[in-house]
This record gives sequence, structure tokens and C-alpha cells, in this order.
Amino acid sequence: MSEFLQHLVNMLVLGGTYALLGIGLTLIFGIMNVVNFTHGVLYTFGAYIMFIVVQQLGLNFFIALPVAVLAGWLLGAAIELTLLRPLRGSDIDTTMLVMIGAWIAMQSGTLWIWGGVAKSVTTPFPEAPLVLGPVSVSWLRLFVLAAAAMLILVTYLLINNTSLGRAMRATFQDHDTASLMGVNVDMIYTSTFAIGSSLAAAAGALLGPVYVIFPQMGDLAAVKAFAIVILGGLGNITGAVAGGFILALAEELGAGYVSSGYRDAMGFLIIIAVLIFRPTGLFARAERVG
Amino acid sequence: MTRALGLVGTIALATALFGATAGAQTIKIGVNEPLTGAFAASGTYVVNGAKIAADEINAKGGILGKKIELVIEDNKSNPTEAAAVAEKLITSDKVPVLMGAWGSSLTLAVMPKLMEYETPMVVETSSSGKITTTGNPFIFRISPPSAVEAAAFKGIVDKLALKKVDFLVINNDWGRGTAEDFSKMMKDKGITIGLVETMDQGAQDMSAQLSKIKSSDSETVIVTTAVDQLTLIFKQAAALGLKKRIITTGGSQNPDQIIAQAGAAANGTMHLTTFLPWFPDKTPNPEATDYFITEWKKRGFEFAGCTESFRGYDGIRTAAAAIEKAGKAEPAAIKAALWDINIKGLNGDIVFRKSGPEGKESGQSQPNVYLIEINDGKVGMKTL
Repeated sequence: MSEFLQHLVNMLVLGGTYALLGIGLTLIFGIMNVVNFTHGVLYTFGAYIMFIVVQQLGLNFFIALPVAVLAGWLLGAAIELTLLRPLRGSDIDTTMLVMIGAWIAMQSGTLWIWGGVAKSVTTPFPEAPLVLGPVSVSWLRLFVLAAAAMLILVTYLLINNTSLGRAMRATFQDHDTASLMGVNVDMIYTSTFAIGSSLAAAAGALLGPVYVIFPQMGDLAAVKAFAIVILGGLGNITGAVAGGFILALAEELGAGYVSSGYRDAMGFLIIIAVLIFRPTGLFARAERVG
Repeated sequence: MTRALGLVGTIALATALFGATAGAQTIKIGVNEPLTGAFAASGTYVVNGAKIAADEINAKGGILGKKIELVIEDNKSNPTEAAAVAEKLITSDKVPVLMGAWGSSLTLAVMPKLMEYETPMVVETSSSGKITTTGNPFIFRISPPSAVEAAAFKGIVDKLALKKVDFLVINNDWGRGTAEDFSKMMKDKGITIGLVETMDQGAQDMSAQLSKIKSSDSETVIVTTAVDQLTLIFKQAAALGLKKRIITTGGSQNPDQIIAQAGAAANGTMHLTTFLPWFPDKTPNPEATDYFITEWKKRGFEFAGCTESFRGYDGIRTAAAAIEKAGKAEPAAIKAALWDINIKGLNGDIVFRKSGPEGKESGQSQPNVYLIEINDGKVGMKTL
């Protein structure tokens, strides 16, 4: 029983970060329809910004977090302006190839600047964990969970309760009509991509200090982010959050009670099942087509 | 445009000149190591150790009147890449001998290429038993196979009063081979084997495996993986309140890096290593050890890397000694000469003995294995 409780606690802290990875990608992949292969690199980028600000500049951990989010926003905006804007209207394959190119170029850039050896970031949290009866959890992971929950809430409110969010949804539903209604669609494209990117950077900035930071860290994260988005349904924020927790639960229980060798396979077994039985995602609502 | 053409011309000329001189005056040794990916830290240390050996040999005039040149390639911690890198080193760079490829799965992937091109390789780190028992006569290993590690550990099993042991190992030939060899030794000693948990080489979150181990009734966990993952395991075990005795194997722990990165979580852990840079006078060749450590520090490398990098140093010296003995830089002659060398390695004399099926034996030297313990952030020795 105590083992099961511990697995549930692990699932909560892991699921929070998976959800954060998922909502960033669901904005770009789900709402904008861009197969964003740079999502993982932006995650890595956020983690390296933490490393620069905390370890190299010696600044406070809590200052570094917003810096990383802002840097992710700026890099995302730059990618949209230089790569995606000239390609708007081209087919999905072209965009996909350009994004793969951007992914490889940026990952190689990271390797070139910082080398392949993993870096770690020191945090202000105590090493001794919080112990509650049979379960224990590190303070850093709790902080990451709280920060992720806050970012998810802010994103949710932004999309559903602000005029920017309404303009975003309108633009990607019907680009021309939105434009005729006075929406600045260029601005919407850039800001949506930038917001999604800043969420990826935020996830990297929060998880980099939990794990270690190295140039390929984003690859597995990106694969999981795509899985979460497909699980939750494209463009569905609530779905992405639920998808994050379901993936975490599958991994924890799969590793705990089935076989740890297949831990990363568990999530993908679920994806295969979802694609067979509910191809629009577990939480997809009926959508108007055409 | 003219300027661009001029630049291209200059580069072409420079490449041609450099290529020509390098080809004529140096003896190449191929180095196939993981410089990126999961084992980047370890591979980089090994390469830095290899460079110290090359510089030392070249400062003394090289071998056969020529300087040695290391052709270093990154196998990206990926077996497919490791095989491709070996092929490139042999066919394109024309190296007559290689050193590599750090991980057991990486080395096993390279081995068919060695057979295909009949080129010998000095294996500096890999510990899977399969490497020297499957009948590849181009393999010369200076690191201990996991069965040798297990045998060395046998002596201390009673002193530690082990009763029930769990394993947490990297999910590849190295980790699974270690779990197998250690389980066998321990069962003979009457110790119960509990869980055998695995983790992917790139995995960063081992909380699920550790939670399972935490609730088992064993008192000891044997952990096998490289330093980056070990650091994460110690931190995550501490966060879960796992209070069992942890013993690591494999010789790629870099204990000082663990102390620096895992802090208090590292206290009380024990590690089977193959080098004692903390106690140079207790190593088999104290003078050589002193030289190596001084040179390592002089180059500004982190002391933590010594336990890994010495293998690169010994590996290159082994290859160079064989080339010298062979009298020419040709694969077949070097392969024959490797059987006759006897050099003072930092972890014991390097002399190859036959291992594996008759007629196509691999070479295996017999290095020492030590048990160390971390206490109060310091490394101490345990007598085996």
C-alpha cells in the first residue's frame, strides 16, 4: 500500500511537468497546425538559460525562471518571424521539413556552445525531503509542481477568458474571417508560437535543475509532448493536462508493477490504443468541419 | 565572388598540404568514444586521458621515429553510430588500430567491423562478459569483465553480511551482464536475489524503480550505470527516503563528481572502482600514477575525471607499445604484437591472456578492482 501511495505521489509531480510540456505543444501543433519539431530544443534552451543565469552569472534561482520564460518567448517569436511567416500557406510537409532543420541546427548549436557533458544547476531547496507518513517527496519537485500548475492555469485563462485568446481561436478556425473582423492575424501567429515556446522553455527551466542539462535532453521530452497532445486531443488544453497525468500514471504503474524495462513503452501503448479507438483524442469535443 | 573562390582555393590547398604531411609523418590511432549523449561525460574524460598518453609518447620522440596522431570520433552513445564510426576510422582514415568504444553495447556493435576489416581494437572500459567470450580475435580488453568484478567483490560479501540484494541496472549489455554475473556469485554465497530493475540509458527519472525498491525487504541495492545517471539516482533515492545500502559497480562512477553533485545523498554509498587516484601510493605503479595525475591537473581537468580518464591513457599506451613491438603500423602485425606486450598500466601490468573459444581467442588483461566508500563527502578505502 505504501508503495502504491508513493507511486501516486511520483505520478503527481511527473504529471504536472508533462502537462506543462503538453499545453505548450497543443497551442502550436493543435491550434496553429504547425508540427513543431523545435519544441524539444526550446525545452533544452530554457534549461540552459537556467544554467547560465544561476551557475555562470550567479544570480538567484527565482530570478532565473522568468528570464528563461522570457528568453523562450523571444526565441519562439524569432522562429515564427524568420521561418514560419515566409512559409505561411505552404503545405504541412514543407513546414515540417523546415522545422526539422531548425531542430537539428539548434541542437547542434547547443552542443557547439556548451559541449556534450551534462551540467547541473544548484537550487535553494533543502536536500532533505518532505516526509508524510509512508511517502516522501523533494521540496524542489513540489515547487516544480506548484509552478507548473500556475502556468497551466494562466494559459487556460489566457486562451478562454481574454480577447487575445478569443482572437487566437478565431484566427486558427478561420483565418480570413478573423482578418475581416479586424484581428491582426500576423500578430496572433507570432504571439501564439511565442507563448507555446515560452511554455516549453518554462518546462525546461523547471526540470533542468531536477535532472541534468545536456543538448539532447529535449528529444525524449518532445516525443512525450507529442504523445500527450495526441492523447488529449489536438488543441485541447484540458485534454493536454489530463494527457500529461495519464502518461505519468501509466509510466509509474507500468514501471512499478509490470516491468521497468518497458517504462517508456507504456505511454506509447496507450497512444496506440487511443489512435485505434478514439483517434481524435480522449477528450476531443465534436468539431465543425469545413 | 572572387574572394569566395580565393578562400575555397586556400582551404583546398591547406587541406591537401596538411593531409599529405599528416599521412607521411604520423602513425594514426583511431579513438571511438561517446562524446555526446548519455555517456558524454565519461567518453570525454577517456579522450582527455588518451591525449595525455599521446603527448607523453610524442614528447619522447614518438614511435618508430614518427609521432602518433589520435583520430577522435564521437559515437554519440549509440551502437549504430559506434559501428559507423569504426568503419569510417578504418576505411577512410586508414587507422591500423583502434581504441574504444566505452560502453559494452557500443563495443559489441563495433566488433563485427573489426572482423570484417581485420583490425584490432583495445577495449578500455566495457565490462560485458560477451565481449571476450564470443570468439573475436581482434579484441584486446584492459578493463575487468563484470565476472572479475563479481569475483573481487566475493571476498567482502561476508564482511558486509549481505542477506538480500536488489539490482538497479542500466538496460543494456553492461547492466544486464553485471546483474547476471553478480547474481550468480551471490547465489553461490547463499544471498537471496530480490528485484532486478532496469532503466533506459537516457532515463532521467528513476523514481518509479526506486519506490519499488524502497518497499522491498532487501537491505542492499547494487546499482550499475555511469556517473550522470548515478547522481540522479542518489538524489532521487534521498528524496524518496530510501535508506538501503547502495553499492555501485562498473568503474564509471567518478566518485568526486557524485560527491559534488549529489552532496549528502552520496554519504554511506560504496563503489567498486578500478583506479585509486586518491591514494597514488596504493596503486600498482605509483610513479606512473603520480605522473598522470599531475599532468591531468596541469591541464586544468576536474580531478573527478581521473577514475575514468586513466583508461584512455592506458589504452593508448597499450596500442602504442604494440605498434612499437610490431615494428610497423599494420593491423595484422599490431594484432600479433598485442599478445607480446607487457606494460606498466596505472591499474596493474597489462599483459593479455587468452579468453573465449579456442582458435579465435580475444585478449584479456587482469586489472585490479577496489572497493571504496564515501563518508562525510570524502573517499575512503575498504579492504577487500
